Amino acid sequence: MSVIVILLLPLAAALLVCIPFGRRWVPGVTVVFCLADLILVGRLARQVVTGTVPAQLLGPAWSKWLAVDGLSALILLLIAFVGSTAAIYSIGYMAQSNLDGRKLRLYHANYSLFIFSMLAIPVLAEPTLVWIVVELTTVCSALLVSFENTREALEAAWKYVVLSLMGAGVALFGFMVLFAGMHAGGGGIYTWTGLVAAAPKMPPILLQSAFLLILIGLGTKVGLVPMHTWLPDAHSQAPSPVCALLSGIETTSILYVIMRLFPVIQAVPRAHATTWALVFGLISVGTAAFLLLQVKDYKRLFAFSTVEHMGIILTAIGLGSSVANYGAMQQIVSHSVTKSFCFFAAGATLLMVGTREIAAIRGLIRRSPLTGAALVFGALAIAGAPPLAVFLSEFSILKVGLVQGQYLVTGLLAIFVVIAFFGILAHVNRMVFGAPVSPSLEPPHSPKALASSRVPFSCRLALVLAAIPVLVLGVYVPKALQDLLAMAAAALIR
Amino acid sequence: MSAATKELLENLNALAAGLFLLTAFGIVAMRQARGCLNLFILQSLLLAASAALLGLRYDSGHLYGVALVNLVSKPIIVPWLLRRTSPAEIYTRREIDQVLNIPTALLIALALAIGAYFVGTPLAQAVGPEFRGPNVPIGIAVLLLGAFTLTVRREALPLLIGLLVMENGAFLAGISIARDLGMLVELAVATDGLVIVFIMGVLVRAVQKQVGTTAVGELASLKETATAAAEERPR
Repeated sequence: MSVIVILLLPLAAALLVCIPFGRRWVPGVTVVFCLADLILVGRLARQVVTGTVPAQLLGPAWSKWLAVDGLSALILLLIAFVGSTAAIYSIGYMAQSNLDGRKLRLYHANYSLFIFSMLAIPVLAEPTLVWIVVELTTVCSALLVSFENTREALEAAWKYVVLSLMGAGVALFGFMVLFAGMHAGGGGIYTWTGLVAAAPKMPPILLQSAFLLILIGLGTKVGLVPMHTWLPDAHSQAPSPVCALLSGIETTSILYVIMRLFPVIQAVPRAHATTWALVFGLISVGTAAFLLLQVKDYKRLFAFSTVEHMGIILTAIGLGSSVANYGAMQQIVSHSVTKSFCFFAAGATLLMVGTREIAAIRGLIRRSPLTGAALVFGALAIAGAPPLAVFLSEFSILKVGLVQGQYLVTGLLAIFVVIAFFGILAHVNRMVFGAPVSPSLEPPHSPKALASSRVPFSCRLALVLAAIPVLVLGVYVPKALQDLLAMAAAALIR
Repeated sequence: MSAATKELLENLNALAAGLFLLTAFGIVAMRQARGCLNLFILQSLLLAASAALLGLRYDSGHLYGVALVNLVSKPIIVPWLLRRTSPAEIYTRREIDQVLNIPTALLIALALAIGAYFVGTPLAQAVGPEFRGPNVPIGIAVLLLGAFTLTVRREALPLLIGLLVMENGAFLAGISIARDLGMLVELAVATDGLVIVFIMGVLVRAVQKQVGTTAVGELASLKETATAAAEERPR
């Protein structure tokens, strides 16, 4: 039952915010419902770990449509966590732009719908329905990307919609080929688990074509490199809490769909699925690392780092062993929590100085110690400095690579990660500690910047909440989470 | 059902699929935005026809459902939604300066279609001997032609139609190999197409209000190159 409640809560929130009860009601509803969802998801994840879920939670009639295992529970947990912190962050952030009531309600309704569409991805069991909710994530977030209604935001939203839907068209055909393959192999129930069971009997050519079509189609939305061009635009133009959702969890939850295919394709002896993952992964990491060096906009900096991290995760999956998969799951968790923190810090910076240009900001630490410190912390965390979460996960992936004797892959990955490390820190270092070139170049408090030069309370709260897992997961992974990660990693192997 | 009737139905289906491919070529070549929409409606009708014929041939009630959904959603609701959401300007636009001229665009489209034939035929044969029909190669070809349309057009309506054409292509191939995908799924996919049209219509309206053009493909201020973004941004 609780799965259905988890899905219904954001829908209810989207409806409730439409009632005009004043300015506090709207963000309040979103935050309360997101937190309630987080609690429910946490309970569900605990049940999954202790193994008390599947049978009595959903009757047999539901199992064709809904299913929750370790991998879905992990993704659900991330979505609920980042969704909650971003909702808290939204209160203060949106209050700064003096929206009228209608626009504010539109934002929050869209926000909840977007959360709903993402939560539906990991719990749905039937692949075509998953495809539909993947489409829904695009549709629900498009108006959030274009929310600021500037020329750039509209351009970003348009590119986002067109490229994502193009990819979705290719993926749709992929899912149909998958279905046809299952039919040709004697049939079964068209769900993720049904597919894994039916895979050995399916014609290999159909399985392989379906895998490639879906990898390319959905890879567009994950931001894998030849198809990544929309990502830095959309992930930088949206309001910062939305960027945190897009970068932190949307990409991950789409990657989840691709991950579901790995146990299916492993039934074909020489399918090269892991090779494809390695190729796409390494190309993404490499390209993003070099593009990072030349960005002019600090939100784009973090957006490119998302492309880089998606590449790292895919490379880890491409290594193919269960230990590597565990590293990939760790990387998924650390990337989600860290990247959302980075965008919260970037949003606070934007509130303080009113510009997105790296070159226009120098000596941020003197103007606003809190924002400056948050930005440096975020940059260090996402670049992979010890002892933070991303360091631990990247380190374990590199270690696995060496143990498996994949020296070329590991070497390239290490080089790219180091380049990205210096790229991110060079930019942020100049912004935060750099001396002002001349007083005239310092942007005078532009009209968009905050009057009070204080970051709103809810934004500070969200920053603190988001920083906790970044700090803790670098030194200590709780036993329950370790079990969950191990279960999720096991779902990638037949 | 006699063998002759079966063969007749298969031939009629092949005819519908052939015309379906032809409309995709038309959309690549058509300059007038309104003409693109009309061709797309014709294409959706042909898709519905193909679904109905295959439904008759293989006695599948599910395919009738697909035909019905296509008959209602695309020729009727899509134009209605566009009228409600987008500025009327998108219909009247004509693209004079294209990325590619018509003969070049058609030649590339032809190459794509031939490539799709070589990819699609073995794919269809792998599903089973009774899938020899032209649906899979033509569906893949139209999927590619839709993507090609997206890369060469700049106007809002042809771009939107390019997306819908891709979906049509995926469906034409899909209905022949995945005959009983489930009615719920079909309905959801159809609704999804409508939501896409709605959202893109809203975006086009916002672009037209903010930037004063419906040639959304020409928006290009977001780049890494140093000057472009900085110069265009009003300070």
